[in-house]
Amino acid sequence: MSIIVNGSATPLPPDPRVSLLDLLREHLKLTGTKKGCNQGACGACTVLLDGERVVSCLTLAVQAEGRAVTTVEGLAQSDKLHPLQQAFIDRDGFQCGYCTPGQICSAIGMAAELERGVPSHVTGDLTAGTIAASREELAERMSGNLCRCGAHNGIIDAIAATFISKEAAQPYRPDGPEMAA
Amino acid sequence: MTPFQYSRATSAAEAVQSAGLEAAKYLGGGTNLVDLMRETIERPAVLVDVTGLSANIDEREGGLLIGAAVRNTALAEHRVVRERYPVLARAILAGASAQIRNMATVGGNILQRTRCAYFYDDEGSRCNKRTPGQGCDALDGFNRMHAILGTSPACVATHPSDMCVALAALDATVHLEGRQGRRTLALTDLHRLPGDHPEIETVLEPGELITAVELPPLTMASTYRKVRDRASYAFALVSVAAALRVEDGAVKAVRLALGGVAHKPWRAWKAEAALKDGPVTAEAFRAAAEAELADAAPLRDNAFKIELAKRTMVSVLGELAGEAA
Repeated sequence: MSIIVNGSATPLPPDPRVSLLDLLREHLKLTGTKKGCNQGACGACTVLLDGERVVSCLTLAVQAEGRAVTTVEGLAQSDKLHPLQQAFIDRDGFQCGYCTPGQICSAIGMAAELERGVPSHVTGDLTAGTIAASREELAERMSGNLCRCGAHNGIIDAIAATFISKEAAQPYRPDGPEMAA
Repeated sequence: MTPFQYSRATSAAEAVQSAGLEAAKYLGGGTNLVDLMRETIERPAVLVDVTGLSANIDEREGGLLIGAAVRNTALAEHRVVRERYPVLARAILAGASAQIRNMATVGGNILQRTRCAYFYDDEGSRCNKRTPGQGCDALDGFNRMHAILGTSPACVATHPSDMCVALAALDATVHLEGRQGRRTLALTDLHRLPGDHPEIETVLEPGELITAVELPPLTMASTYRKVRDRASYAFALVSVAAALRVEDGAVKAVRLALGGVAHKPWRAWKAEAALKDGPVTAEAFRAAAEAELADAAPLRDNAFKIELAKRTMVSVLGELAGEAA
């Protein structure tokens, strides 16, 4: 009767009403994961559940029994930041930082989806084996994470620099050429 | 959130038995139900988690049998769905966010409830869906997002699903298991129009569980178009699911369904009848759209949906006709 949070087994809360988000923040004091809207609209509470990105506010902790949860606290290796964390710093991927842990967890899940060939709303050819990670694709795939400071361009730059290529992460120009995969 | 007892079902029969109470609810991804429970609009005494039931997608007689616990992402990325049912893949990918699609199940998507703001506003608004007989504040309220077809004075809410619009166009059937045994039902017969009882949203018996969705073979070009206020992660103002086959310059087969316009995924039977065996022209498409929307009844803020629905239907049919040519 436990959940694996960042590699450590954690007992389930006795009350099934406890959300995964509240378990993380209030019971385990892992406050990196943020509570924004608490209704699945903002993505600030995004964590990885068995490697898949989910919103922890609408996940009951009991539903995660026996599964592995990764939060933003589980990404760095001791003092060495995850490359995406460093890229957020290097590319101005945030201002206030409240949405950042959700953005980062979401982007890691997103990169795995892209690698697996999961199509998106803006994918032209649904049957293509590989999907070019255009800026449009990245923006669509990150639409579940809102940034009220408006750092979205830096966020996409950081994601592109980490998972696609350094060349792909040129600062955003509205009329510029689409970046290649 | 009202206290509840949580259990996890390992078979459909066990789930149905566990949900033997009126106040029981089945839990899929929880993306809608947990939210409604937190708002105390849903107050189940028993929550039966059915995400451990069939999450298989099997080819069957040229079609697909899709377990009710299949996650939305898994369905949209499935090879056969992408190749043969693009309308379904596109509808799912137009809905919600990637996180929500990773959580949401097929069964839960079908049974999600309206996002009408008055339905959610437990303390400040009247809603016949939430409190039968209370009245409807959407009728004279801010009703830009509301329904234009099949409404009643009791309710003008829309069904929010994109996936269901595609399933309606695909002639999908829903497999059910309940205390009285198993049965199948056309998806288009599952959801009800509001009438005098908008609180009753489907024809499901108490405790009846959706176990699977079955798709017959599709031999038409198909697609899904969603029109919304922002480019991503918003509910439909209007959406169109369409499939078309053209032979010898005439419409040999056509399927159309509309989203964002009614209390249920709206199969456009009238438009289909108008198009069948007719010419493949913009005029014919427009006439069919006019026929479907002839009975549309606008509210204060949503008359634009009538013209939007017509134009979207014409545009999508034109796109498919170009593909089929």
